[in-house]
Amino acid sequence: MANWVPLWLHRLGSPPLFYRFAGAVRPWALGLALVLGAVALYGGLVVAPADYQQGDAYRIIFIHVPSAWMSLFIYGAMAVAAFIGLVWRIKIAEVVAMESAPVGAAFTLITLVTGSLWGKPMWGTWWTWDARLTSELVLLFIYLGIVGLYHSFEDRRQGARAASFLVLVGAVNVPIVHFSVNWWNTLHQGSTVRLLGPSHIEASMLWPLLTMMLATKCYYVASLFARVRADLIASEGGKAWVRDIALGQPGNDAA
Amino acid sequence: MSQFFAMGGYASFVWPAFAAFFIVLLIDSLAPLARRRRNLRDLRARLARQENRRRPGTPPSNESNA
Repeated sequence: MANWVPLWLHRLGSPPLFYRFAGAVRPWALGLALVLGAVALYGGLVVAPADYQQGDAYRIIFIHVPSAWMSLFIYGAMAVAAFIGLVWRIKIAEVVAMESAPVGAAFTLITLVTGSLWGKPMWGTWWTWDARLTSELVLLFIYLGIVGLYHSFEDRRQGARAASFLVLVGAVNVPIVHFSVNWWNTLHQGSTVRLLGPSHIEASMLWPLLTMMLATKCYYVASLFARVRADLIASEGGKAWVRDIALGQPGNDAA
Repeated sequence: MSQFFAMGGYASFVWPAFAAFFIVLLIDSLAPLARRRRNLRDLRARLARQENRRRPGTPPSNESNA
């Protein structure tokens, strides 16, 4: 049994160690996101052929679908972190949950905007109150509610606990978003890419989509870690290790 | 090249969508960097004030680079 794994995870619960870990990982995650994103954009905009029915308009899929996946994936990650934070009161888990919410909100906003820009030429309308679109809009409001609730408390940890409950309650919306296209008759199409069974998409269109999915995952890590570092400077401001960073080497400041 | 930018007549939908993607993510990635720098500056100012209260008359040396 490799017991160094739980030990390592346990040590990452220490704010100074996580701060340094996040600072070391962030540039690599961001670099990987940029490289993968550039490759995916080239594949999606240049290499992949036009759709037989939608022409070139379908190319919005290469940002719309990965963003939509991220809007749900980040909620899942946030819910796990919020649960750990509530049960074991691990401060880092609370911070990770709270700082995930703005990134999730960003991806949800992108999903809604790009979907709207795709809907106008294909459906003839910018917006319709159907199940998929409405539940995704509710997801955005839940994200914004979490951010707002967290910042409305004077005491950060109290705010994180209250907002973590909201995270867990709001999690019921995630399966609703995902299955809305199956449960209701909607204007929105069903899933094209499936984990189980064959995907309904050509390989030349599938690989840029999956590459962009990886790029957005890496981007989430980079953005989350930058946010956690900013949060820890404020919430751990009274601790000696943060004071050392604030007053110490100017090289630390630029990192 | 101009054919590429025309996007088969859908340019006015495809390019704003990609622009939205990049603008939102650019704001999302710059905001925490600015917030971290601001938090560090606030902390330095607070520490300097505490130092000044403990030993009045000392010049607030920490605020020079704040």
